[in-house]
Amino acid sequence: MAAMLQRDEWKAFSDFLALGAAGLLVVVGLILALAGEDRVIAFHGCILLGAAGLSFLYMLTQIIEKKEPHDATSYADGVIRAGVIATVFWGLAGFLIGDVIAWQLAFPVLNLDLPWTNFGRLRPVHTSAVIFAFGGNALIATSFYVVQRTCRARLAGKWSPWFVFWGYQLFIVLAATGYVLGVTQSKEYAEPEWYVDLWLTAVWVVYFLVFVATIAKRREPHIYVANWFYLAFIVTVAMLHIVNNLAVPISLVGTKSYIIYSGVQDAMTQWWYGHNAVGFFLTAGFLGMMYYFVPKRAERPIYSYRLSVVHFWSLIFIYIWAGPHHLHYTALPDWAQTLGMTFSIILWMPSWGGMINGLMTLSGAWDKLRTDPVIRMLIVAVAFYGMSTFEGPLMSIKSVNALSHYTDWTIGHVHSGALGWVAYITFGALYCLVPWLWHRKALYSQRLVEWHFWISTLGIVLYITSMWVSGILQGLMWRAYDSLGFLEYSFVETVEAMHPFYVIRAAGGLLFLIGALLMTYNLWRTARGDEPVDARDQPAVAAAPEFRPGEYTAPAE
Amino acid sequence: MSWAKHQVLEKSSVLLLIGILIVVAIGGLIEIAPLFWLSSTIEKVQGMRPYTPLELAGRDIYVREGCYLCHSQMIRSLKDEVERYGHYSLAAESMYDHPFQWGSKRTGPDLARVGGKYSDEWHRAHMTDPRAVVPESVMPGYPFLAKRELDYGDIAERLKVSAIVGVPYTEEMIESAKTDVELQAGANTEGLKEFLARYPKAQVREFDGEPGYVSELDALIAYMQMLGTLVDFATFDAAGPNLR
Repeated sequence: MAAMLQRDEWKAFSDFLALGAAGLLVVVGLILALAGEDRVIAFHGCILLGAAGLSFLYMLTQIIEKKEPHDATSYADGVIRAGVIATVFWGLAGFLIGDVIAWQLAFPVLNLDLPWTNFGRLRPVHTSAVIFAFGGNALIATSFYVVQRTCRARLAGKWSPWFVFWGYQLFIVLAATGYVLGVTQSKEYAEPEWYVDLWLTAVWVVYFLVFVATIAKRREPHIYVANWFYLAFIVTVAMLHIVNNLAVPISLVGTKSYIIYSGVQDAMTQWWYGHNAVGFFLTAGFLGMMYYFVPKRAERPIYSYRLSVVHFWSLIFIYIWAGPHHLHYTALPDWAQTLGMTFSIILWMPSWGGMINGLMTLSGAWDKLRTDPVIRMLIVAVAFYGMSTFEGPLMSIKSVNALSHYTDWTIGHVHSGALGWVAYITFGALYCLVPWLWHRKALYSQRLVEWHFWISTLGIVLYITSMWVSGILQGLMWRAYDSLGFLEYSFVETVEAMHPFYVIRAAGGLLFLIGALLMTYNLWRTARGDEPVDARDQPAVAAAPEFRPGEYTAPAE
Repeated sequence: MSWAKHQVLEKSSVLLLIGILIVVAIGGLIEIAPLFWLSSTIEKVQGMRPYTPLELAGRDIYVREGCYLCHSQMIRSLKDEVERYGHYSLAAESMYDHPFQWGSKRTGPDLARVGGKYSDEWHRAHMTDPRAVVPESVMPGYPFLAKRELDYGDIAERLKVSAIVGVPYTEEMIESAKTDVELQAGANTEGLKEFLARYPKAQVREFDGEPGYVSELDALIAYMQMLGTLVDFATFDAAGPNLR
């Protein structure tokens, strides 16, 4: 009885806290909407007001009707289903805008010469949409899935996981609409202005608390390796985000701010952030994904426990040092450049440790590469990870960087990681998750997965090969001398030479987008519950756990 | 080494968390913190001054339109770059840049020393329609800048906040910020001498060629025409006490 009472009191307290927070945000939104010094912050105030008001009313009706949102013994899967839908939606949006700006570089008339459609404003929309919206939603959704299953514990918090989900979508909307309307602090991959940064910080702290509290109440003695990576990703991204974005706003009801750092210190801080957005957001987090979905789908244990221990600690230790390789031969002091290059080269080893651990998990099950396109997607992702983490250390060598820096080679390198590794491991996880979360016996169509795989692989190959050629070509043209000792090419001649490669790249991006559209159709038919067209070709593990013969799992809600 | 010892970390979320925090903090501390106190990080040079209010407003437009995504402002110490763009960039040259604009990609050329390289008229034509002056260019056009009145209502606050984050703006500079915008864009000439004393080497004229209101194009061209013009490299001695 006493325990029951305590439980009820806790519940009432958490409801009160959630309502109070929403009420506070309504007030903040109202202030920004009415007193905002520029139109963008007033517009963002209106969005905040609407979002907070709606969630306040929704929570109030739920509390008054005393609705129990869940059975406390089951897993919280609703928020993960929402995350899967958001991942697919933002993925399509991000790929689409990316391809639009790729065509703009080939045919500049497509900029339309309007403030809202020019390359300079759309490029951050693309990068934020794919990294933070697509990648971030994929990480939040899969981390919530993996932490519950591997800890055998329900996600902590009643409202908090949903706050993380909706709060994160609000962050994306504020950031993206801000870019289009000219609100940016111009730090790459950290463009959102101070108030959006503050909002993300609040969301991220709750995300961290939900994740750690779930681990803390686990019913397994060990914390599974995937959760180490997710935890390192959450903690380090918080550190990077807060330190890199320290700024003083011009007005508390205005969008503009100035970063507290300047020049060389700001450059170093930015690329410490920037390279570890790659290292922790796009690598550590997605390695967490790999450590769950590859062994699960292959039905094989992780290849080596010792390798996972060694490569985890060495990866997170060494990555942090790699930032200065973005600043070779610049005004950054030489000692910092040398440190950055040294650690970037060493980083090759822990990166390949992860790749080997992922690939070798397939030991004894290599035949599945032929029969199961989902595992092929997951494994090719790991192979691309290995390729781009070899290319990265190579490009961090100063003499190579002298050629590659400022060129498309960097763009190609990023995309072999982003399309090949990040997107493919996510696609593989999505193909696993949708039948599992929507309680289906199989994917709607395995043949469509095959089509997706081959179309988008062709797209990636076109993308990265064209960028290798254009990047190295432009780098060589910039430094070419004629027989009299003069620079051989004017800058604009090197721009002109890029045109065919920009067309090939944009075509590759289009193929990648088409592949993602096929996936969306396939996942939608699966979630809707349509009869699979080729269930017999699919492995038993494609089905939701309750449909697999002889397997018991805790019932999902 | 006994692998069983790792279980201590695997069985405690708090210890695992502390371990991660320590391991990821080290690299950043060692690479970033010394840059704030090693005096050799930024050379002592003659000529650097804070941006004039109009240049600062232009710089904010440069940031707003995402120019840094295609143009670097960092000439590396490589032979071809120095021959193409001029003296390699010094750390001192961006010490008042909040945030820095070094960039990471050259879809267009470096702009660290673009000041004085082209006429205002060229810039006007180029910003309105880049392909009218450079047929092979892939740059977007910015015809709207000339038509937009510059919003400099909060320019004094912008200087004040810049001063908070470390740019040496004086009380006098902050007080006269608004009239300095108008003065530099050629709207009035009263107080020119004092203005040039506050901001040596500042260029004063109708940057957009249109009398009347101060446009966003005025501010952007004023900013671009001063880029790289402050340090006199005829007297700068890289091998002297400035050596990093």
